[in-house]
Amino acid sequence: MTRHLAGRFLQALLVMLVMSFLVYGLIGLMPGDPVELMAAGSPKMTPDDVARLKALYGVDRPLLERYWHWLSSAASGDLGYSRLTSQTVTAALAHPLSNTVALMATSLAVALLAAFPVGVIAALRQGRPLDHGLNLVAFAAISLPVFWLGLVLIILFAVGLAWLPASGVATVGGGGLVDRLRHLILPVAALAVASFGHYMRYMRAAMIGALRQDWIRTARAKGLSWAQVVLRHALRNALIPVVTILALDVGTLFSGVLVTETVFAYPGMGKLIYDAVMGNDYNLALAGLMLATGLTLAGSLLADLLYGLLDPRIRFR
Amino acid sequence: MHGSPACINIAGMRRLLFSLIALLGLVLDGPELRADPSQLVIGISQFPSTFNPLIDSMAAREYILDMARRPFTTYDKDWALVCMLCTSLPTLGNGQAVAEPGPDGRRGVAVTYSIQPQARWGDGVPVTTKDVLFTWEVGRHPQSGVADGELFRRIVAIDVKDAKTFTMHFDRLTYDYNAINDFALLPEHLERAAFANPAEYRNKSLYEADTTNPGLYFGPYRITEVARGQYVVLERNPSWYGRPPAFARIVVKAIEATPALEANLLSGGIDMVAGEVGMPVDAALAFERRGRPEWVVLYKPGLVYEHMTVNLDNPMLADRRVRQALLYGLDRESMVRQLFRGKQAVANSLVNPLDWCADPTVRTYPFDPAKAAQLLDDAGWRLGSDGHRRNAQGQALWVELMSTAGNRTREIMELVAQQAWKRLGLTVTLHNQPARTFFGDSVLKHAFPSLALFAWMSAPENVPRAELHSTMVPSKANNFAGENVGGYRNPRMDALLDAIEVELDRDKRRLLWAELQALYAEDLPDLPLTFRADPFILPVWLKGVEPTGHQYPTTLWIEDWHVAK
Repeated sequence: MTRHLAGRFLQALLVMLVMSFLVYGLIGLMPGDPVELMAAGSPKMTPDDVARLKALYGVDRPLLERYWHWLSSAASGDLGYSRLTSQTVTAALAHPLSNTVALMATSLAVALLAAFPVGVIAALRQGRPLDHGLNLVAFAAISLPVFWLGLVLIILFAVGLAWLPASGVATVGGGGLVDRLRHLILPVAALAVASFGHYMRYMRAAMIGALRQDWIRTARAKGLSWAQVVLRHALRNALIPVVTILALDVGTLFSGVLVTETVFAYPGMGKLIYDAVMGNDYNLALAGLMLATGLTLAGSLLADLLYGLLDPRIRFR
Repeated sequence: MHGSPACINIAGMRRLLFSLIALLGLVLDGPELRADPSQLVIGISQFPSTFNPLIDSMAAREYILDMARRPFTTYDKDWALVCMLCTSLPTLGNGQAVAEPGPDGRRGVAVTYSIQPQARWGDGVPVTTKDVLFTWEVGRHPQSGVADGELFRRIVAIDVKDAKTFTMHFDRLTYDYNAINDFALLPEHLERAAFANPAEYRNKSLYEADTTNPGLYFGPYRITEVARGQYVVLERNPSWYGRPPAFARIVVKAIEATPALEANLLSGGIDMVAGEVGMPVDAALAFERRGRPEWVVLYKPGLVYEHMTVNLDNPMLADRRVRQALLYGLDRESMVRQLFRGKQAVANSLVNPLDWCADPTVRTYPFDPAKAAQLLDDAGWRLGSDGHRRNAQGQALWVELMSTAGNRTREIMELVAQQAWKRLGLTVTLHNQPARTFFGDSVLKHAFPSLALFAWMSAPENVPRAELHSTMVPSKANNFAGENVGGYRNPRMDALLDAIEVELDRDKRRLLWAELQALYAEDLPDLPLTFRADPFILPVWLKGVEPTGHQYPTTLWIEDWHVAK
């Protein structure tokens, strides 16, 4: 097990290294460096100003040299400064990271808490009216664009009923836990609805597959109750493919909540990474994307470990 | 029956559901629409990337910082130069400005300013000439990170008379010799330490490291709280020397998405939307159409000039008659009326009609398709039986119109132009790109084949040297500096630009401006479209907000804002 984990860790390091190079190169290939973009918006900047600032920001040096400089600094724990936020990258990441983790974890928990039982129920009632009805709900949830749903929720609960705040993380001045929860409800609802549809469908399909296995019939023949068969045997096996998908979704969710963050003016990692890439803020973009990559790899590793817990036949050598 | 789903405890689920609803009831107590009349909450669409007043330039930063500091000079709502931090505007007439020989033989000028005697930083330290000297040192240092160092380099020397009086010596005597609007004062007593290593200054400045330090501000307000990416809180500055502002607290919230900005307005999350960095005109028009009586929408025509820059290296468009035909063939009056419901006017020149130097007699191009067709015929582009215009070599007249993808207003303007020019017999293709690619690659690097639709922002009586002078064509050789992206080169235009800058007599300058506008309207290096209007969405109870229309925002006069009696 330890050997397996060490191997996976080394693999992850290699993937991170390759990813960092690819991301750095791709940002470098985008048109216009930060100083050129600055010059486009400042008509009074002279050629000397441009040359001076390019030297100051280091963008006059070859891409490979800049990448090597970044890599050696990052390896020693110095992620540098963010040009867009005028802070150290670590400080610039702190709040958006905690905001996104709160948003992502809550929405995922809500979606899974709803999707798993509903998926199981739909599988047990396969082909019956209840199954059709639940499928309809799932497809509707998948089909709703997040930005549209977000706006509808804002109009209904913030503008119409005035129950919840329309945007932000907390009331100006901080606010307590209840205040933060109130700010979290609408973005979580918008994100959770789409995730619910996906996970419900995955769960239903995996459960239907598991229920058709011979060992389910054997378990029933042994005299186990239906609840024991479903919960102890079928559900446990059905969770394996769902856990795989869930693990791979972690990184995507982490950086892919851009639309939700924009609609709800919720400062998180999706918006931060987008702004950093578009604004040519290498240090911030790299750190954000590396974090997303790291989370995906960690999620994948966690899934491997969970396989072992879910199915005792799976052992790592 | 075995343990089927029917056996799931329905009563238990109900209890859980009711508990959740009860819990939500505790949480959902609803926002208050206007709880505190001493507080004003403003919505803007960007969050500043820096709070240092010298590094980079960004409308959102100016909007916020102008409540907490004051420039020496600025343009007021009537676009006249006025003193703010200085006690009186120096002029050659009042003797506070004196012509003198410049360092390179040109006429220079010495301008004497006095700082408001009561001006103090928020920590009680007086604003003095030490701060002036320090700001100049930072501004001209090659490693300080100041983007636009021109003003600081033009200052040859600063003589200090006393703690509150100083004389700036400029290398050239220009018409705007007394305007030091962008000389944004820094507190020497706090920022000196951060400037110890100039290359690190932009990161170490207290404006970034300790943004709520009261000693950084000397305006009516000071920044007391910053939640990056979310909001900035400003409270009354006890050391402010002027009339106290009406609101004890100002909160500026950054909400990028227009629908979210509107939802916040309607739900009481914000009281108003700033015109300078708020909603686009079309969104404000839609909001206004809903007829909400709680708000009033003010549209201030401004200095943002929407136009199509022509690539003059394109042989088809190098012929002036073709450019004129394109403008005659476009019904800009209808387009602007339909799109902006009369809130914006058609531009006939690059000088805004509100500017004193605008020439009302400048040549106009009213919609006249017959004249457009005639001009194209004269230029050798004949209409064929297939409805396309071709020259003697059989080459079809083709233009590609480029702009920023996702900008709905510009995309509609493009479609209107495409239809209009197709009717004239041109082949028109549209090619939009993300703003980053469009400006960073296509525009800046002269890589647009025919026409690029975008906007310039300028100041009152801004000499368009960067946009029209032949030395300002961006190229690799000049590090892509300058904004003459169409490649316009006309020696007479160069001479006019040079002459206007050093002509001090306003009447003579007016004549030069008239000639410049006439030449621009004749040559058409750009096809003028419209001057953008800034929509200010204000609550009916808020009075005293007077939009300026230029880049110096309304917040410079925040002490005039008050609640209606």
